[in-house]
Parts: sequence; C-alpha cells; structure tokens
Amino acid sequence: MGKISKVLLLGSGALKIGEAGEFDYSGSQALKAMREEGIETVLINPNIATVQTSEGIADKIYFLPVTPYFVEEVIKKEQPQGILLAFGGQTALNCGVELYKSGILEKYDLQVLGTPVQAIMDTEDRDLFIRKLDEIDVKTIKSHAVENIEDALQAAEDLGYPVIIRAAYALGGLGSGFCNNREELIKLAEKSFTFSPQVLVEKSLKGWKEIEFEVVRDKYDNCITVCNMENFDPLGIHTGESIVVAPCQTLTDHEINKLRSIAIRIVKHIGIVGECNVQYAFDLISEDYRVIEVNARLSRSSALASKATGYPLAFVAAKLGLGYGLFELKNSVTRNTPAMFEPALDYVVCKIPRWDLSKFQGVSREIGSSMKSVGEVMAIGRTFEETIQKGLRMIGQGAHGFTANRDIKVDDIDKALREPTDNRIFVISKAFKAGYTVDQIHDLTKIDKWFLHKLYGLILTDKELSGYEKIDDVPYELVKKAKRQGFSDFQIGRLVYKDTIDTDLYLKIVRDYRIKYNILPVVKQIDTLAAEYPAMTNYLYLTYNGTKHDIDYTDDKKSIIVLGSGAYRIGSSVEFDWCSVNALKTIQNCGWRGVMINYNPETVSTDYDMCDRLYFDELTFERVMDIYDLEKPHGVVVSVGGQIPNNLALKLDNANVPIMGTSAESIDNAEDRHRFSSMLDRLGIDQPRWKELSTMSDVYDFVDNVGFPVLVRPSYVLSGAAMNVCSNKTELEQFLQLAANVSKKHPVVVSEFIQGAKEIEFDAVAKNGEVLAYAISEHIEFAGVHSGDATIQFPPQKIYLETARRIKKIARKIAEALKISGPFNIQFLAKDNDIKVIECNLRASRSFPFVSKVLRINLIELATKVMIGEPVEAPNKSAFDLDYVGVKASQFSFSRLQKADPVLGVDMASTGEVGCIGDDSNEAILKSMLSVGYKIPKKNILMSTGSAKQKAELLSAAKTLTKNGYNIYATGGSFRYLVENNIPATQVYWPSEQGMEPQVMDMLQNGKIDMVVNIPKNLTQVELENGYKVRRASVDFNIPLITNARLASAFINAFCNIPLEKIQIKSWDEYNS
Amino acid sequence: MQSTKKVKLILENGLEFEGYSFGYDQPANGEVVFSTAMVGYPETLTDPSYSGQILVSTYPILGNYGVPSDEKENGIEKFFESGKIHVKALVITDYSFNYSHWNAAKSLDEWLKEEKVPGIYGVDTRELTKTLRENGSMLGRIVPEGASADFPVENPNEENMVAKASCSEVTRYGNADKKVVLVDCGTRNSIIRWLLDNGVEVIRVPWNYNFNELEYDGLCISNGPGDPNFCTETIKNISAAMEKGKPVCGVCMGNQLLALAAGAKVFKLKYGHRGHNQPVRMANTTSCFITSQNHGYAVDMESLPSDWEPLFVNMNDNTCEGIRHKSKPFFSAQFNPQAAGVSPVTNQIFDEFFKML
Repeated sequence: MGKISKVLLLGSGALKIGEAGEFDYSGSQALKAMREEGIETVLINPNIATVQTSEGIADKIYFLPVTPYFVEEVIKKEQPQGILLAFGGQTALNCGVELYKSGILEKYDLQVLGTPVQAIMDTEDRDLFIRKLDEIDVKTIKSHAVENIEDALQAAEDLGYPVIIRAAYALGGLGSGFCNNREELIKLAEKSFTFSPQVLVEKSLKGWKEIEFEVVRDKYDNCITVCNMENFDPLGIHTGESIVVAPCQTLTDHEINKLRSIAIRIVKHIGIVGECNVQYAFDLISEDYRVIEVNARLSRSSALASKATGYPLAFVAAKLGLGYGLFELKNSVTRNTPAMFEPALDYVVCKIPRWDLSKFQGVSREIGSSMKSVGEVMAIGRTFEETIQKGLRMIGQGAHGFTANRDIKVDDIDKALREPTDNRIFVISKAFKAGYTVDQIHDLTKIDKWFLHKLYGLILTDKELSGYEKIDDVPYELVKKAKRQGFSDFQIGRLVYKDTIDTDLYLKIVRDYRIKYNILPVVKQIDTLAAEYPAMTNYLYLTYNGTKHDIDYTDDKKSIIVLGSGAYRIGSSVEFDWCSVNALKTIQNCGWRGVMINYNPETVSTDYDMCDRLYFDELTFERVMDIYDLEKPHGVVVSVGGQIPNNLALKLDNANVPIMGTSAESIDNAEDRHRFSSMLDRLGIDQPRWKELSTMSDVYDFVDNVGFPVLVRPSYVLSGAAMNVCSNKTELEQFLQLAANVSKKHPVVVSEFIQGAKEIEFDAVAKNGEVLAYAISEHIEFAGVHSGDATIQFPPQKIYLETARRIKKIARKIAEALKISGPFNIQFLAKDNDIKVIECNLRASRSFPFVSKVLRINLIELATKVMIGEPVEAPNKSAFDLDYVGVKASQFSFSRLQKADPVLGVDMASTGEVGCIGDDSNEAILKSMLSVGYKIPKKNILMSTGSAKQKAELLSAAKTLTKNGYNIYATGGSFRYLVENNIPATQVYWPSEQGMEPQVMDMLQNGKIDMVVNIPKNLTQVELENGYKVRRASVDFNIPLITNARLASAFINAFCNIPLEKIQIKSWDEYNS
Repeated sequence: MQSTKKVKLILENGLEFEGYSFGYDQPANGEVVFSTAMVGYPETLTDPSYSGQILVSTYPILGNYGVPSDEKENGIEKFFESGKIHVKALVITDYSFNYSHWNAAKSLDEWLKEEKVPGIYGVDTRELTKTLRENGSMLGRIVPEGASADFPVENPNEENMVAKASCSEVTRYGNADKKVVLVDCGTRNSIIRWLLDNGVEVIRVPWNYNFNELEYDGLCISNGPGDPNFCTETIKNISAAMEKGKPVCGVCMGNQLLALAAGAKVFKLKYGHRGHNQPVRMANTTSCFITSQNHGYAVDMESLPSDWEPLFVNMNDNTCEGIRHKSKPFFSAQFNPQAAGVSPVTNQIFDEFFKML
C-alpha cells in the first residue's frame, strides 16, 4: 500500500428510511480515526445537519450529492490517494462500486481502503454471493436471480410459494416482499424491476429465527465477532423493523459457536478488511441455518453493536483499512487491553424501532420484509423485562412499558398477531390480558417462547400490583420486583391507583415511597469486558438489578447535564444530535463537565468520547430525576434536544432542578397556545385568527367569520393526520368525524389559513431577552407545506427589506417579553408586508445547524454559552452580507411506505434533509434537489398542474421547458391550458378515462416519463383517485415527482439555467463572505 | 413458581451478597470464581475444571434454553463436559424460570436440584466480580436464610482436586490404528470428542496411571481443576514419556503439567481466566485468535528451560497461553482448542499433533 496522506470519505446523504443517523456516527468515527493518523480528510455529504459535516471533523467538506459525477469532480480537484466506501451506507457503497466499474478509481489511482471492491461486489450480487459461499459449503437461501417477469414466475414455480422477492443492490429491502401466489408475484416483480435490473426470487423461510453477527477482520487474517444479536421478531420481518436483542438469548453454546465459526469462515473467504455483518436465518427446531446476507460495510446493525458493546466498530474498521492489525490497536474503553477481543456483556440490550406511520395518508401499517421505521432506541438493563420496558417507554409513542398503557382497540387479536403491524408488541400485551397463552401467541407469531414467557411475567406482576389500592399496602418485595422488571413509577402508580387520582400524583407518591424505602436504581458501566479488567469508562446506564454504583459521585456541582433528543422520528432527527453535540462541546470548552442523557444508538451524542459522562438511558422525568439526584449538577440544558426535553422543562423546574437559560415558565408560556396568543395580543403582534372550540356549531360560526380554508387541529385523533386544512364544509365535517368528533373533552383548534403567504423562519439566540444573533430564512413553497418538508433558502432572496425589518422587530419584542436566554425559533407568515406569527419555540429548531453552517456562526455554541452564563459577544456579521446562498431540501421516503400518498401537507412527512451552498439560488436549489435524489430529466415531463392558479404559476416554467427542448405530456385540463397559451404538449389520459390512449399509467410504467409534476387540486389529503394513482406510480417506478408548483418552478428554472457541468465544485470553506 | 427464599453468599473477607434461592436449597462452600461467558451453562457447570468452585456468572440471565438430555454418544455425554455438575454452587442475577428450546429436557432449576447444587439469583454479580477482581479469588459460603453460617470451607487449592475429578479406571473409546493416551486430570468430554473426530483411538487413563507401560502413538494431557503441583505422579510420568519422544500435547492443566515436567514453574493468577473471549497471540507472529478458557494457574514464561519456548501469549495480560519444545514434538495450550467456536488457525496447530502421530 502506497503512502496515504489524503483520503476521501463518502457520506450517506439525507436521512431516509433504511439509511439514517447511524452513518453520521460511523462516518464521524472514521474521520476521527484518520485525523488521529495525521491523514487529511475530504468528505462528500450534502447532509448539512450532521456532526460529521461540522468544523474540526473533516478537513474539507463538500455539500454535494454522493453520485459518481460529483464524486469524480471532487476527486479531480482534491487528488486524494485513498477512498473510504464503507462508512456512508448503501449510498456510498453503490457509488463506490459504480466508480470502480467505470474505471474512475483506477484513472485517478485511488486506493480503496478496507474491503476491496471485488469483495463488496461478491456480497452485493446474489449470484456471485451464493457461488462464493458454495465454495466453502456454507448454506444460503435458495435463490434465483432473474431479469424478467417470466423467469421470475418460473423460479417461483420451481421453489414453491410462498416466495420472497427482492431487488439486487437496493437499500434495506426496497422493492422487496412476500408473494403467496402468481398474481402477487407479478405485481411486486414489476415494481422491483424499476429499482434494479436484477430481481431475486427466494424460498420464504418465514418464521425462522433471525440472528446477526458483527465481524471484524484485519489484513493479517485475524478475525473476531464483536457482537451477536437475535431478533425478537422472526424472519419475515425486516431486521430494521424487528425488536433486536443482544447478546442472543435463546441459542445454546453449540448453536452460537456454529454460527460464529461460519461467520468467520465467510468473512475470511470473502476477504473483508474492516467490518461486516452476517445475517442468518436459523431454524426453530434444529440447528439448520441459511445465510441471508453479508453487508460488507458499516450498517445500522454495526452502529447498534458498537453502542451495545462499547466496541467502536467504525473507528477500528477505519484503522484496519489503513493496514493496521487488530493486535496493534487498543481497546478504547480499557485503554490497555488490545482491540483484538470479543466483548463480554454483563447486561442485555434491546433495540426497538420507532415508526411514524400515522403521519402518512393511506399507508399500510403491516410490517414485513421492507423497512418502514424511521428511527430506533436502545435500552440497556440487567434483565430482559427491565430492558424491554425501558425501550417501550423510549420509543416515545405514549407507552409506559409493556402494561399499564392506554387500551388499544384490536378488532381481531388472532389476525393482529398473525399479521403484525407497528403495534405488535402491544397486541401481545392485549392478547395476554384477553387470556391467550404463551403457546397460542407463539403459534400465531412464531416469537420464541422464552421472550413470551418473560413478557407474561410482566402481566403477572401487573395483576399482582392491581390487587392493591394504596402504595403503602403493596408489599416491599413486590415493589422491588416490579422495579427490577422495569416498571416505571407511573406504571406502578397507575396499576395501584387505577386512574383514581391525578396522573402526576402517581409519580410523586411512588417516588416518595421508593426513596423512603431505599428502592433506588444503581449506575453501572459498560466496559466491554464484564468487569474482568478495570476500565475508566464513562459509558453508563441505570438498573434496579444491582446493589452498588460503579462510579463514585462528588458533590462539586461542576457538571452540566444536556438532555438529548431521543429516537429519530419525523420532525426530530440528526439536527438535534448536532445541537446536543455542540452544546456538550461548548460546556466542556468552558471548563464544565458535560453529561449526556440519550438513548438513540444512531447518534454521535451517545458516543462515550463526546462527553464526560454518558447515561444511555431514558429521558423520562423519573429517570432524569434519578440521575439528577446522583449527579447534583450545576444545571440541566433542555433546549437543544428538540421537543422531548423541552416538554420536561416545567416538571423538572417544579422539582427544583435548575434549568439553564430561558426559564421553564417562559418555555411553558410559549408552548401554551392561549397564554402565548394573549401575550401576542398584548404586544400588538398579529397572528392568524384561531379559536379552541368544543361544538360543531361554534366551529361553523368561527368559519363563517374567517372563511375557508381553515386549519383544523383536533386534540384527540383516532388515526390519520393530526391536523388538516379544510377548504369546504364537506371536508371539515369529514375530517372532524375522523377526528373522533368534537366535544368538551376533545376540543378542536380552528385557525384561519392564509393562502399564498410566504413562510419565514427566524432562528436566533437571545440573552436576557436581547437578541444576540439571528438568521432569517425563507420557504420556497407557500405556507401550507410543513416547515419540516419545505425547501428553505438562506439568506432569503425574495422578501422585502421592510418584511425583514418588521420580523426582527417582532422577534425582539417576543424575546424581551419571554426573557429568552438561549436558542429560539419563530415562524412567520408574510403576505404583502403583513406579518403574522404562527409559532414560537424557545429551543433550538430543526434549521439551527443549516443556518449555523451557512452563516459560519455556531448559534448553538453561542446559545449554550448564554445558557450556562459564560460571557458572550454578539457577532457583528450580518446575515444579509453573504454573497452565496444555502438551500435546504427535504428527503422523502415514500418509496418505502407502500400505498402512502406522496403529497405534502401541514403535517410533516419528510425523513431527512440536505443543505447545499451555491453562488446563487438556482445553483443551490439544483445541488440540493440532486442531493435528495432528483435527476435532471432527459426528455419527457408529465404535467398535471391542479387548480387554475397553480396552472398559471407553472406557465413560465413550462415555457422554459419547451425552450430547452423538453417534451411536455399533460392530462386534460393542464393540456388545454398549455395549448391555449401556445405551449406545445401531448395529451395523456387518466386511469378513469378508459379506452383513451396514451394512458398515463402505461407511460409511467414503461419508463417513458422522466419527471412528474403533479399538483393536487386542493390542500386536503382526500384527493381524487386519479392524482393519487399517478403520484404513487411515480414513486413506485422511481420517477422524480414534485407536487408543489413553486418548488417545481424553482427546480425547472434551476436545471434549465445551469447545465450539470457548470455546477461549482466548491468546498464549504471556499464560500466566504 | 418463583421462590423468594433468601440466600446469602458470604465471602471470606466478610462481604455478603444476598439473593434468592433456586436449585438445591442447602448450604455450600468453595472457592468463588467468575466466568464472563455469555452462553453455555450446561457445558460450564459440568466442566471438571470447576471442581470445588462456586461459579459466578457475569452474564446476568441464565436458564433460558433449559438443559439438554444426558444422551450419550461414543460412550460420553453428548451435550455435557462430564457426567455430573462440578461446580459447588451457581450465582447469577436473573434466572429464567421458563425455558425454551427444542433440545431441552428439563429446566436448570430441576437439574440443580437433581444434582444437589444450590443456585442463587438476584445477586449483583457485577459488583461481586469487581470484588473478586480487586481481591483475587476468595473462599465463600452459601447460606440459606435460617441456616447456620458456621461450617468449614474446603479450599480447592489446598488439596489434590485432580485426584477427585479424574476417572478411576482405563477406558477405551473408538477403534483405530493410531492410539492416543489421554491422561484424565478431570477431562472435558469435548477433548475426547475432539480426539475421536480426528480419527484416533482414545485410551483414557487416571491421572496417576503409568501410561508408559501402554502402547501408544501420542499422548494428550487433559484439563483439570486446582493446583497442578499436586500431580507429582503425573509430572513424573510425562517426563518419562518425553524421554520416549512420542508426540505430546497438553490442554489447559495439561499445559501446566507439561511445563512442570519440562522443569518450568507454575503460579496462581489473581483471579484466573474464565470466559469465551480471551485473546491469544501465537508468539512472534501476527496471528491472533479468541479462545475459550478456564484456569486459575499459569506457566511462568521466565522459568522455561532454554530448549522450550512460548507458543501462545495472552494479549490482555501477557501471561503464557502455551509452550512448545524447540525441536521435539511436544507442545501445549492453556486454552481449550477443542471448544466449539475455536478459530481455524488454532485448529491448524493442533492438526499438527495428529499429523505427527
């Protein structure tokens, strides 16, 4: 290997389902490893909210799409000697394989560090993979690679249904699924072929156990398995959708070692250098197995394994890529034993996925072979019961554990057990309560009885506790047992008091009881060696299954606790991890000890070297208080981790916990709709008219007054979207019916909805009510698209100076009134210089990393200093001085969410984002749209452009398209409109227009259309059949789709004005104002 | 179902760890040691190397997959390391009262009761392990609630445990041209299985049997419990065998006995190596592997005579994990090369033994 002094690392781009925060973690680790070796690093990753794209991690950062074209351009410019492909998920791996195949790596004499590309291809191409494993007599799943539907059908006949089909080279199960018969196969295969030219038909092993091994190998052929994991859910449910437990619980020594030996043989045979993951299907009644797949890169599982064991897989893999042997590296936890070892756990971890399916209209809630979850949590404990109950609370969807939850409605328990949905674990709880036995549930779910017995034990404890009416009557041993089984104070309180008293009281009564009788959790370390050797580790968790703390506490008040963001979900993601990490860094730089509480295994903030102490534990009031009582910190920061810590502010404050920065009272005043609204009235600040109403007639009265459309937010929703825009009476009635009607107990908030208004974000930091720094950014879409889905440009390009001036003035008033000390965000509506406030959060917002990086002023660093009382200086640089533009675009994952309508509305639907910088707006838009997967269309564009107003809005874009030689295909109304305006177009027909040719669906299916612009007629999600079909087909056939007229215009203008080769290849530091 | 009868483990330094009883509800005593293995309790409990010891599992949850049947294959128990439980008591954090496995015949609780071995669950085994790590292995008593703690403790390091764990007569397994004498110092079944799998006939002899009178092609010295210095007769026999020059291979205690026979010294480790994750490096190479181990004593590398050399070294604490003669076919390993998960590299080295026969 030649001397490497500069390497290129490919990131994974925007967070999407199947490829999320874990790659920020692995990329950051790899960059850290390179830096330690004095190697210069170049990073390509358009995901501006990540930690890896922050200052001090990589030497050069390019916010550009991770595609062969842009990567080659960067290689040309930077001339690195090495490239790292294993740290940016499937995106980076696929890009690397393409670069290899097209000879670009060779052309620039670029060495692939770590696993060679040939080995990657051997694992990615099913045929090669099976042949490779056949060579060493390792069993794989019988699979037929086919390239057309006829062959797929033949293969299925040969294997016998049910079969599973999957697209080769696809992320986490994209375009894959089970087929029970010929019809299902045809339907799914058609879709899969749009993702990949090769589709695999395999015999289904539904119901087998799923086991994974994380394997590390160095160039000297030394090989270790760092972690083994077992899926709670049987095969048939994607590992990303499964509850996963580490280490394996239900396998014997012989079984584990059999699979371990096979994993090592495979990895040696394939020639991995670095890290990889081997997935097995394992029979329930013998030692028969099949290898499902090998991922020749860091994966979600490896991130989980790193957190589960404390073994820094990505860091070690990066070092091995440079040619080190495992024996030459140290265990970074003990610091004196070698990295050549296999961690011994003395605890059990449990990963639970977090879904957000209720955010999507029409989506199928069943979980299966394709991934739909948007995030995950990891719980640590010393019994399985303790661990899973912690985890169920962590996912943050209202559960208090396995029992004592709000009752769920299940029409048919048998069916719900057999055909699992995102609710499956709670269906099991319900089934036990309904009298189902462990055997019955096992027969329906194929979940190993060991897990079910453990869960049943929780039901028994639930019953025991329910037999009492006062905590003082409950036997001490029972309370202790319940705590050892992970029951929270809330659960115990609810089971004993049965909702007869206020829920907040449970917490207090049970907590007081526990403290009185000394039933307290202990703090244990994760040390990789099960206490066999001393370790100075600061990686901690709490458990009731122990008697003594591993660490000593000093009462020096020199630490500050930062509450993290919890599970990634729609609306709260890597941006809050960036905020948390930056807050910790600032706290440490100011001479304090930074203490982190978080439980998301996909984050950098849960890296134990990012803080002085990491509590990998719950962000509940109970647990934060447990930690607070031990740490006795100087204070707690609640405003950098998003809504979860924000919501704890008042409770913590009531418990006399010092909240750093803005007072809990002010936070609450901004959160409470009524108080905030009357404050705005008092300050003379305008807001859209709104009312909280509890009868339908009041709703009608209000609507008569403000007029349609209105924004409706019910306080309790059975299913579907939490809020909606209603344009007429019918829609209003429909939606409110869906929302379980309107009553005193469930009032509804109705606000006037202003059409055609600009939405403007104001991100800022204030100190004692005085604004120190701010960033104003502007949505490209008009109001009505959730701010988390909108395309945002900063600095604003199209707002009046007067608007900006007024916004600043209003923000100053609010900051002063709420005495803000710390980060905050205000959202404004602007129409003709008319400014209204729509929302205000006294915490860091989603856009903080974006504006901080574009501005090159770290707003979180500033905010943290303010909060912890360090002296600060207001930066004198004005946001408007930038001579470049940043654009933040959203990443959607509709392709994974079968049947969901890919339309944008007032509820957020995107799973991630990118932020790119350009010399002008067009360039920045183009870069960012290409980064979230749009392609510059080749020739044919389909337009169905909604209402008259939207048609008009797109007219100039349509002209531009024609001028640039594009062919426009349009449906009825849009076609006529274009022709009337002298724009040539070809008419295509809706599915409802039977017998007319050409049919739009055929064109989509046959790959005749390169881009679809489909604007829904109105903002409601109850849309015409036709539009839904076209949108869904675009997503399913992987054709770029835009559903917003303003965004469509912006994108069309961008790619028509700037040819690909004119896009500037400039690193972040080259944009200097 | 779940017993809540309290039991205490009282260490010789007076520290007490409280838990609940499972298995056999009686007092017990022995040397308290910990193992970091996360799986394999049926094999561990029946491993004769644990004779006289109270075993603490650092992995908190045990009993998950029950206990397999005592079915025999080739004259030895198929799923166990010997015909009975050798540990004197088992200390864990969480016991799975309900097991689940297709191959299980009974629960761990039932098995412990049958074999009259007490168990305690509900103990902070991490804290206990740290205590043992800091203070070294200690003697301890298991005292059920209401029972007297006033009874003597047997120290397995002060008596010849090998004599207790070894067999009493010569047994032959398999039928082949090549014959290997296995000196049973408390052998694990897996060593016999490993020899048989390699196509040799095994002549298992008691620890003090003078095997030099037998016709054989190779000599294998097994693992065993306690202090190897008690095995003076075995050491004498090995010395005599080395004179003959036939291949000799030692495993675990066999490593220590071979070293003693060669004239080297053996010392007691503070708390021993017990677990499935011990990293070992083949001396002077880049070849490393993870091994399964269970030993409280180690060979003093400094004391090796000049015609011997270290073969393997523990990468955690640099102690000796194997030795070999520089010119003759004698070598040994401190770890279990025959454990199921052993890596192919170690197999290669031990394959040499069979080639030499």
